[in-house]
Amino acid sequence: MSKYEAVIGLEVHAQLATASKMFCACASNLRGAEPNTTICPVCTGQPGTLPVVNGGAVEMAIKVGLALGCSIQGRSVFARKNYFYPDLPKGYQISQYDKPLCHGGSVKVRTKDTDKEIALIRIHLEEDAGKLLHDYGHPEQSHVDFNRCGVPLIEIVSGPDMRSPKEAGDYLRTLRNVLVYLGVCEGNLQEGNFRCDANVSIRPAGQKELGTRTEMKNLNSFKAVERALAYEIERQTKVVDGGGKVVQETRLWNDAAGRTEQMRTKEEAHDYRYFPDPDLMPLIVPKEWVERVRGSLPELAGAKAARFVAEHGIKEADAAILTDDRRLADYFERVVTAGAPAVKASNWIISELMRELKDTEEGIAACPIRPGHLAELIKHIEDGKISGKMAKTIFEKMYQDGSDKVDLGSFSQISDTSEIESIVDKVIADNPKQLEQYRGGKTAVMGYFVGQVMKATKGKANPKIVNELLKKKLK
Amino acid sequence: MNELCKKGLAETSRLLREGEFKSIELTEVYLREIESRDPAINAFVTVCADEAMAAARAADKRLAEGIDIAPLTGVPLAIKDIFVTEGVRTTCCSKILGDYVPPFDGTVASKLKAQGAVLTGKLNMDEFAMGSSNEYSAFGPVKNPWDKERTPGGSSGGSAAAAAAGLTPATLGTDTGGSIRQPAAFCGVVGLKPTYGRVSRYGIIAFASSLDQVGPIARDVTDCAIMLGAIAGHDPRDATSIPAPVPDYLEALTGDIKGRTIGIPEEYFVEGIDPEVEAAVRGAAKVLERLGAKVKEVSLPHTKYAVACYYIVAPAEASANLARYDGIRYGHRAKGAAELDELFRRSRTEGFGPEVALRIVVGTYVLSSGYYDAYYLKAQRVRTLIRDDFLDALGGCDAILAPATPTPPFALGEKADDPIKMYLNDIFTIPASLAGLPGLAMPCGVTKSGLPVGMQLIGRPLDEAGLLNIGHAYERATEWHKKVPLDG
Repeated sequence: MSKYEAVIGLEVHAQLATASKMFCACASNLRGAEPNTTICPVCTGQPGTLPVVNGGAVEMAIKVGLALGCSIQGRSVFARKNYFYPDLPKGYQISQYDKPLCHGGSVKVRTKDTDKEIALIRIHLEEDAGKLLHDYGHPEQSHVDFNRCGVPLIEIVSGPDMRSPKEAGDYLRTLRNVLVYLGVCEGNLQEGNFRCDANVSIRPAGQKELGTRTEMKNLNSFKAVERALAYEIERQTKVVDGGGKVVQETRLWNDAAGRTEQMRTKEEAHDYRYFPDPDLMPLIVPKEWVERVRGSLPELAGAKAARFVAEHGIKEADAAILTDDRRLADYFERVVTAGAPAVKASNWIISELMRELKDTEEGIAACPIRPGHLAELIKHIEDGKISGKMAKTIFEKMYQDGSDKVDLGSFSQISDTSEIESIVDKVIADNPKQLEQYRGGKTAVMGYFVGQVMKATKGKANPKIVNELLKKKLK
Repeated sequence: MNELCKKGLAETSRLLREGEFKSIELTEVYLREIESRDPAINAFVTVCADEAMAAARAADKRLAEGIDIAPLTGVPLAIKDIFVTEGVRTTCCSKILGDYVPPFDGTVASKLKAQGAVLTGKLNMDEFAMGSSNEYSAFGPVKNPWDKERTPGGSSGGSAAAAAAGLTPATLGTDTGGSIRQPAAFCGVVGLKPTYGRVSRYGIIAFASSLDQVGPIARDVTDCAIMLGAIAGHDPRDATSIPAPVPDYLEALTGDIKGRTIGIPEEYFVEGIDPEVEAAVRGAAKVLERLGAKVKEVSLPHTKYAVACYYIVAPAEASANLARYDGIRYGHRAKGAAELDELFRRSRTEGFGPEVALRIVVGTYVLSSGYYDAYYLKAQRVRTLIRDDFLDALGGCDAILAPATPTPPFALGEKADDPIKMYLNDIFTIPASLAGLPGLAMPCGVTKSGLPVGMQLIGRPLDEAGLLNIGHAYERATEWHKKVPLDG
């Protein structure tokens, strides 16, 4: 395979998390809505209706463009993309063609496998289509749900810069994280709010000219993207090695069968007859608007992780984990602001908290423990009021009960040195045999003494003090 | 004919407010007139008697209480079947919209409703506003009240005929390439196409988005001014509507045009124009001079490209605007289609008339890959030149005077088989449409055989008030607007 180089470009369609749709006032992205309930005359293409631009969607697109280093166009144009399909009520989609909102830009991918800057060609705004349902209880009928019709999308087109399925997957994960970080997209492939089409070709290693590419659709997870690309690269390799030519076409990824299948050839490709939409004025984005958006950009993951290392003194690897999800990073910072030492807070979150969250879908949003309470718990350990072990038990209980306060209950650690000392003295006095063993060189016996002290104190003695005292007195 | 139906909008409105008669009585009168006299004209495609009576009763309450009275309160009106009216069938005179009953009101319909106007029905038109004779209608042709063997013009043929025949005191039509001005001229009534963007397009079934405009048709200029005032203004639901304030159009009708300059474009008085039409329009120029205006020659050199330009731009936009009629959500759906392509193809072939199909095909062609630059893009550039011609000329005059049509109303069936001949009817109205400028058509003569001749005044952007005033002054000095055969 090293005699060929794979060249991969990706087109991502991301749904913008606006309150209303791109060209009408309908609620956008409402989860769990019954079919055809978030619709209106405009987004169902009733006769006589007209589109009006959602400024909020434009602002989100500007945010994305700025975060990715694009050049925001002061004047861009909406165009009609014409074709017939039941989920497209107007018989055309309002999109942008030769004058998109953003040019250029890039995505800096830094994962453990990939360290590369992938160039972007453009980003533009468009509206989503409806959904066709083929299994709605009738064998010979398909149904159309227009709830999704008109939801704002941005299309992000990368350059042909990726060279392997892994790079492509990492690019997508990074891009997705940026969009989620900006708060402009939910970034969930399974739910369809972040979609990807892939373009791939191969060429002899060292050749500058690009080979013939194929486009792949129906990629519903990051893994599917990687698997489909791997399959297609191999398929194209077999074709070329067998003396054939790769046909420029669109192929559908069949995840169950693990292969791509022909969808339509170039000849059958649509002529979309793009022309500027006469119902909409050119989109003017004054420099003042761009600067205002620039000023409101949140701190992105990379910068945040670097700041955690510098300001909070935590390890780079831990910072990367904490900043992967913006809400988790925010949670961590709130715990620190509430007074917990940063490194301890980081450890707690990464081990205890993330263990609890592991099987939930909503991530940190599902955590019932408020940052202030976690901070309080950690502070109790620092103060010696409870041991780390006790704290873990309390934490689990708090998580289970969803309790609204830190209830130490019957847990309290004995940290009074003189109190522990008298117990230590008694335990040593009661166990002369073990004392002799310890003094004879069997230092492991220390564990027995610690156990006896803990038993006598019903587990409440501060382990640190117990260890210090025993070390002193056993000598 | 009932005398009440001879009254224009201004008078009807005043008498309602003065309590001279109730809206319910007046509405009943109109409904009976429509029932007895419309069959000979075929201006109406839908009469909504029940809705009208309910609206009349509500209007009467409002008039009695004296609160919130608008000029249109209680006035029975019919409007072109291109306006989306909630609960009242809206067809655009096409089979493809079958029995479509809109679930919403367009902006214009909402405004009329808000003012308490009484909708008596929807008026016949060329299918999807594509035509100049109202012969391309799924509901049959409209007869010109002046001579029932002749066309009333189009596409707002039903609207102009209804106004001329006294079946509505005033009405609304739409104008894309002349569809208000040309039928107004053919029916001896007044019709105004406002500046593009002056009136909201939300709720008019789209033909050509960059050209369509709503405008009034009535038997005199004052009534047109009242109607325009009722519908003009910015609409946040129409991104192309202009956020300019709406002047008081009635106040602007001073009748004084001393010192105004009128331009006569040499390119409009060329071979092919009927000599009686030319004579009537030149006669109007003389009247305006007598009233104190200055008349001078102007030139609009790119006029000869206008029809070709229009018949690229308008069909292109229409081909996309009419793509929504696919049989999926509303309107006609072909029965028994085995698969999707067949469903689309048969529904649209069965539903669209031949002229509409022709324009969709032309429009699709000029937008297609490889032809877009040569046709659509080029036509848009030519359009800029045509607009520049007007703006240059209007830099030196207040309005341009021209014929509205090259001939008096022609016979039904005379041009229906020859699209190009039909298209040339719009030769004088198309340029102002392409330029987005306001145009006022009004009667300025009657031919020896008793047919109406109309003139056209074209003005600066947003100068409807100026145009209406010139028209008003002309009307006060002449009698042509009174020649409408109301008893016909």
